[in-house]
Amino acid sequence: MKPAARPITLKRALNTTSVALTLYAVIVVAIGWVSYTGAQQMGYNWQWYQVPKYIYSFTEDGFQPGEIITGLWATIILSACSFALAAILGLGVALLRLSGLLVGKAVAIGYLEFIRNIPLLVLLYLFYYVLGPVFGFDRWTAAVLTLSVFHSALISEIFRAGINSVASGQWEAATSIGMTRMQTYNYIILPQSIRFMLPPLTGEVVHLIKSSAIVSVIAVAELTTIGRNIISETYMSFEIWFTIAAVYLALTLALSFGVSAIERRFPAESQ
Amino acid sequence: MSTTRRKIMSNALGMAFAALTSTILTLPAVAQNATQALSSESVIETIKKEGVIRIGLSIFSPWSMRDINGELIGFELDVGRALAKDMGVDVEFLPTAWDGIIPQLMSGNFDVIISGMSITPARNLTVNFSNPYAYSGLTVLANTAMTAGFALKDYNSADVTFAARRGATPATVIATLFPEATLLLFDEDGAATQEVLNGNAHATMGAEPTPSIEARRYADTLSVPFDQTFLATGEGFALRKGDPDALNFFNNWIAVRHANGWLKERNDYWFKGNDWESQVTQ
Repeated sequence: MKPAARPITLKRALNTTSVALTLYAVIVVAIGWVSYTGAQQMGYNWQWYQVPKYIYSFTEDGFQPGEIITGLWATIILSACSFALAAILGLGVALLRLSGLLVGKAVAIGYLEFIRNIPLLVLLYLFYYVLGPVFGFDRWTAAVLTLSVFHSALISEIFRAGINSVASGQWEAATSIGMTRMQTYNYIILPQSIRFMLPPLTGEVVHLIKSSAIVSVIAVAELTTIGRNIISETYMSFEIWFTIAAVYLALTLALSFGVSAIERRFPAESQ
Repeated sequence: MSTTRRKIMSNALGMAFAALTSTILTLPAVAQNATQALSSESVIETIKKEGVIRIGLSIFSPWSMRDINGELIGFELDVGRALAKDMGVDVEFLPTAWDGIIPQLMSGNFDVIISGMSITPARNLTVNFSNPYAYSGLTVLANTAMTAGFALKDYNSADVTFAARRGATPATVIATLFPEATLLLFDEDGAATQEVLNGNAHATMGAEPTPSIEARRYADTLSVPFDQTFLATGEGFALRKGDPDALNFFNNWIAVRHANGWLKERNDYWFKGNDWESQVTQ
């Protein structure tokens, strides 16, 4: 005898493929239509036809990337350098805090609290206008240093959480076979902690790419600066800012998908 | 004809003759009235009759400012007092807020505006301008050490960095005059000047007298290397429309004062030097 059929609730009805897809399409079309009619009614003269020349152009020399692509490349380089430096600093601070030395712990906590409680813009001004003339930083160095120092504070907390989440049995097993602390970190703890650290680290990289926009105040030639300069010449605020936002979104989405692919190689569930 | 009818007719003829001759004889006088009316309505006549010229101005250093005793001093004050002396009248200055100065001229609160008002087409639709009596254009403010020995054309090279406020007139002028140079854009004028001070940019541009003031304040680092001003559209007297006599008088007064060098000498005193600073600050 067959078991009684499960009753059809609203939730199960909505979850069937056809209903879900139709509902999704309706919502997307509704949002698109509302935005479009709103934009038309604003009376603003949309000049989307002027935007492509800032992205690319075909001259006698062939394909030339536009200002936006140059800015995007600068942002990528800036974010990559800052993240590398932030990871190194963050790992150092995390290890200091976990070292068991009172001095190490004090230094790490002092650094963390100081950096976490200063706004990024203020930190940037500190590095560029105060320390810049003292140490001779140019604007690029000041930008990389600010972003790395700011994010190293957050990254060190991620590293600390990742390291702490490795089962304590691993530490005991490592000491019992005679490994030094350094060897334990290198061969046992850090490789295992990567799978715990990857999701929040991805979030941190995206956060860093977004906060790199702030260096436009010291005229570093990155994506946001380029956007502001174009707007000051052409006054096409809406079109250019939508484009810049779309470029940032494309960059961070590509990054997220790439990291998800890497995460599949480091499954989070312990064997 | 009967006597009554003859009398009526002769009276009527006489009156017609009188009316005709009086009209013909007064026609030139009627024509003269239009010219006389125009001259007598001119502000020049009003000033002469009342014996005082009322000048509207707005406090803005060093065009006009208050000294430590509260008296008004500045370039505009010198111009106004010289104008009054040449007209043979007293002078009365009426300091006003800048955004209300043209409406007050239109409503007759003063006779003329002498307040460093740049001649622009938008303002010209409402008021008449005299010829320019001053040209405060843009000048280059440079880091002395980094630009030692530079001629004007040396600034137009890819190794030279300019700093300017985003969207401001100096930014457009730098882009036009020095297209090869790198241009960094900032949110405020102060940030742009700071770049030049710190040695991160070679130069910036600004409307006089700000560059000269900054060059004097940071005399070791900054300097205004060229006397030449750029984009100097000129400042003129503003007066009410429909007054050709006043316009002619002010234009010629300005031409005479330009020709004998008095305007340049006064301009240099207030804008290029700071001998007067002891009178405004302790």
